[in-house]
Amino acid sequence: MAPGPRPLRCTSKDTPVTAKKTTKSKKTTKPPGSDTPHALLYGDLWDYAPAPESTGHTRFEKKYGHFIGGEFVAGKDHFKSINPATEEPIAEFASADAAMVDKAVKAARKAHKVWGKMRGSERAKYLFRIARMIQERSRELAVLESMDGGKPIRESRDVDIPLVAAHFFHYAGWADKLEYAFPGARVSSVGVAGQIIPWNFPLLMAAWKIAPALATGNTVVLKPAETTPLTAMKLAEIIAEAGLPPGVVNIVNGAGKTGAAIVDHPDIDKIAFTGSTDVGKIIQRAIAGTGKRLTLELGGKGANIIFADAAIDQAVEGIINGIFFNQGHVCCAGSRLLVQESVHDEVVAKLKLRIESLIVGDPLDKNTDIGAINSKEQLGRIKALVDAGASEGATMHQSSCALPDRGYFFRPTFFTGVSQSHRIAQEEIFGPVLSVLTFRTPDEAVAKANNTPYGLSAGVWTDKGSRLFEMAGALRAGVIWGNTFNKFDPTSPFGGYKESGFGREGGRQGLLPYLEVR
Amino acid sequence: MGNDYVPPRVPTIDEVGATERAKRFSSRSLKKSSKVAGLKLIASMVDLTTLEGADTPGKVETLCQKARQPDLQAPDVPSVGAVCVYPPMVPIAKRCLEGSGIKIAAVATYFPSGQADLDHRLVEVRETVKAGADEIDMVINRGDFLSGRYGRVFDEVEAVKEACGSARLKVILETGELKTYDNVRLASQIAIDAGADFIKTSTGKVQPAATMPVTLVMLETIRDHYLKTGKMVGMKPAGGIRTAKLALRYLAMVKEVLGDAWLSNEWFRFGASSLLNDLLMQLAKERSGNYQSSRYFTLG
Amino acid sequence: MSKETTSRINVLKTYKLYIGGAFPRTESGRYDRQTNAKGDLVANICRASRKDFRNAMVAARKAQRGWAARSAFNRSQILYRMAEMLESRSATFERALEDAAGYKKKDAAAEVATAIDRLVWYAGWCDKFTQLFGNTNPVASAHFNFTFPEAMGVVTVLAPKSAPLLGLISTFAPVIVGGNSTIVVVDNDAPTIAIELAEVLATSDLPGGVVNILTGRRDELTPHIGSHMDLDAIFAVGSDKDEERALSIAATESIKRTKFIDDRSASEWRDADAQSPYMILPFIEFKTAWHPIGGVAGGGGAY
Repeated sequence: MAPGPRPLRCTSKDTPVTAKKTTKSKKTTKPPGSDTPHALLYGDLWDYAPAPESTGHTRFEKKYGHFIGGEFVAGKDHFKSINPATEEPIAEFASADAAMVDKAVKAARKAHKVWGKMRGSERAKYLFRIARMIQERSRELAVLESMDGGKPIRESRDVDIPLVAAHFFHYAGWADKLEYAFPGARVSSVGVAGQIIPWNFPLLMAAWKIAPALATGNTVVLKPAETTPLTAMKLAEIIAEAGLPPGVVNIVNGAGKTGAAIVDHPDIDKIAFTGSTDVGKIIQRAIAGTGKRLTLELGGKGANIIFADAAIDQAVEGIINGIFFNQGHVCCAGSRLLVQESVHDEVVAKLKLRIESLIVGDPLDKNTDIGAINSKEQLGRIKALVDAGASEGATMHQSSCALPDRGYFFRPTFFTGVSQSHRIAQEEIFGPVLSVLTFRTPDEAVAKANNTPYGLSAGVWTDKGSRLFEMAGALRAGVIWGNTFNKFDPTSPFGGYKESGFGREGGRQGLLPYLEVR
Repeated sequence: MGNDYVPPRVPTIDEVGATERAKRFSSRSLKKSSKVAGLKLIASMVDLTTLEGADTPGKVETLCQKARQPDLQAPDVPSVGAVCVYPPMVPIAKRCLEGSGIKIAAVATYFPSGQADLDHRLVEVRETVKAGADEIDMVINRGDFLSGRYGRVFDEVEAVKEACGSARLKVILETGELKTYDNVRLASQIAIDAGADFIKTSTGKVQPAATMPVTLVMLETIRDHYLKTGKMVGMKPAGGIRTAKLALRYLAMVKEVLGDAWLSNEWFRFGASSLLNDLLMQLAKERSGNYQSSRYFTLG
Repeated sequence: MSKETTSRINVLKTYKLYIGGAFPRTESGRYDRQTNAKGDLVANICRASRKDFRNAMVAARKAQRGWAARSAFNRSQILYRMAEMLESRSATFERALEDAAGYKKKDAAAEVATAIDRLVWYAGWCDKFTQLFGNTNPVASAHFNFTFPEAMGVVTVLAPKSAPLLGLISTFAPVIVGGNSTIVVVDNDAPTIAIELAEVLATSDLPGGVVNILTGRRDELTPHIGSHMDLDAIFAVGSDKDEERALSIAATESIKRTKFIDDRSASEWRDADAQSPYMILPFIEFKTAWHPIGGVAGGGGAY
């Protein structure tokens, strides 16, 4: 593998500097009480050396087909998956056509006869085994996830992969306890589930889809996103090594056409999709009247609401984590910041400082905070919306950091002076771009936060318990983070209101999409 | 003034959020050149400390020798920032450190409890400065703070600052007794407002002593005060920082919260005793490639 | 005397729509004839239009937040009150089922009794389903995390064709238990019974707009129901493939939730399995909330 670009320092050129750089500086440069703005210098006096995670221990093929009926099968119409940090291809993946999808569905149908009848305690052991094998190979999986998708290794190592294993572990335990999940009801598996997942959390989304489906006795045909198929193929390898009965999990590669073939397949009982609201609507329309069950986890434009009494420094971290986690490629990102007017200037000043200390660069460097934008197309979309924000009159603030000279990167960015009607306040940008709006009263905060067709997530920062509960009730979103943001756990149901989709993933409620409940 | 004192308004702190943020610095990977540079910088920031009932002139002399030249095999390792002793040992330290540029810090004000009349404590400070201390490490009266008599805490620090004259004042909050980060933030601000040149976590006599999150809260207080007033205040975590690895994490935290201006022993110190030898061992490891043994490093 | 009585002209009742707690005529001025088994005219019944649906939608939206914000105990009492009111008028409904829907006396009595009992049953769920469906979640970090059901919003119920009283109650009761408001579209052979029921609702402390009843033709209204951007969900009973497909396609415009179930015969609506807390489930949203819990679990020390 070619090494990725070096992480680059955010050395500010246009920020006024008052603190001296040298260790010899004796006196402060400004007398107390001076109203001159004082700035901090995040320079290179003592710098972090490159700390690249090694890629030597990873194994993967140059060319992948599909995983059907427990075997890797060759395919055709190969496309390349690109490392977004280097713009170099990683491996080639086949595109499944309708015939290939049919083969996968047939394998899943056949396997359902075995898997659907298997004792829950046996299904559980397979899932536990997969969880353990993921833990054993977590380092390799983290590296591959960062190479293929561009996310910083710190996140794939500390967040994505541990959650993948935990998700399998959690649902493994459900497999033989389903009769206790919904008192008074009889439950049974749905059958064959077609699952289509996005590129922002490739392996984690696979786990969110596969683990509950298998725990409840379904078999699956899963399609990873065409820009991030690598770790799904590694998961197929683990599934084969775990000895899962052939056909219980089938993974087909491809882009939209392959997805459509899954959606349209007459012998699929249920579709689970995570992705954009536009595609979600196409899927909902496509299966209308077929009797197929559907769950959708779609876009969002999450409001992150900061009250004046909030723990400001933790709130600022919450804002940073809310919008820059995974380069902002997060459907539940806190992409709309609603700040109470009385603390607007303070919060904005802190944000300006904070984005200067974010390290943007090589996803495989262990010190990188913000990695590469997932694809050239996505980078283009982000740039177009940022241009729209600027031309609509909002004020842009960007980190002064240099960007690597190759790969798809974007500086951490936020806009102030944004109004509710601006495109950047309405449309999902899916990148490291935050829109800052203000409010005066709790009512106004709720009204603005809910003034969107989306309803996936919201954050509330306040030190007042009663207000937090009031807000949590009034916000129309499936996940409410109080004094925290972007937290995930396999026991915690996740999913949206309104146009952010329906159905929940995680916890007991996450079983429902895959069960007939009578 | 005590009765009319209005405590400063400080932001509330969410403990879980502060802990999470502090943890982030622990995941910084510091290798090779940045590790070596960091370790040397840390060595120069050490307040090499002995604060025991059993301290003797001999012990202090040995410590001062170690402070001047921490590693005989490695002359490129800088001398430490200061030697920190009890007041009676100041004359001995002064003699041993003559011409070295190493500061003499003394813990005055009835360290570590602070339980004495203010007048007595001021006398001790004046005497200690007169004896040659460059820096005074005082303790606040936690009883006053915890009972809400913030005005007395302010007055006390202000009076000690005045008694210090030209000596720099480090104010120990004894965060392990303040218990909550909200208290730490408020105590930090009161100390700064009353004239502290440094704020310091702990005496080392109470557990827990310095931690990453508590240091973060204090660094953020310093940062906000600087941004508001332009006045720089120093920071000294003390107690519990025994390894080079942990010290590097603190250094990363200073770098990312306060920036370059604080990356010097003028504004940041580690209150520690056993840390220095671990720094030397890690530096030796970087030079030689071999993992080290303490038998090759002199006691402080 | 008796001769005079028998020759008295009956006062015929005008049946109107039920929207926002009031009984307006359809704004379209159109009507359908409802006849009994013998072919006699029972009533001219309003044939609701898209504009009536729009008005009902506005009323339902307006009422929904207040309904959901009431205490569960209060909602429970109101549903129970509906049962009380129905019980006191059970003879009227039995006669209506016989006269207008051609029920045998025994069946009419059974349907009314079951309808009352079903309301009582669902009344009891108001302050229990959140405990059945919600839970705290033992997340691996220092956070308190819990999931609880919330009302979805406004749900349109396309009511069963059969069981003109019990079918209605069996379908809208679980919807309003969850804090939703509803627009019930009635297209059956005895829609007067639905309006009779509306009169019970109007005198049961149920806030106006929580349940709205439109009589009319499903095929006429469904396109406007499916495409109304402010509607949150559709609960359709007995849709044929074409209707299901049309509603499902229209629903995609705003990602509405849809729930389709088969109709039952009148006697099957009386079966025990026609009521279930899991009928509440399709019309609630799960909300999950997180909050840090001090430093105890995360810090390990005194901090």
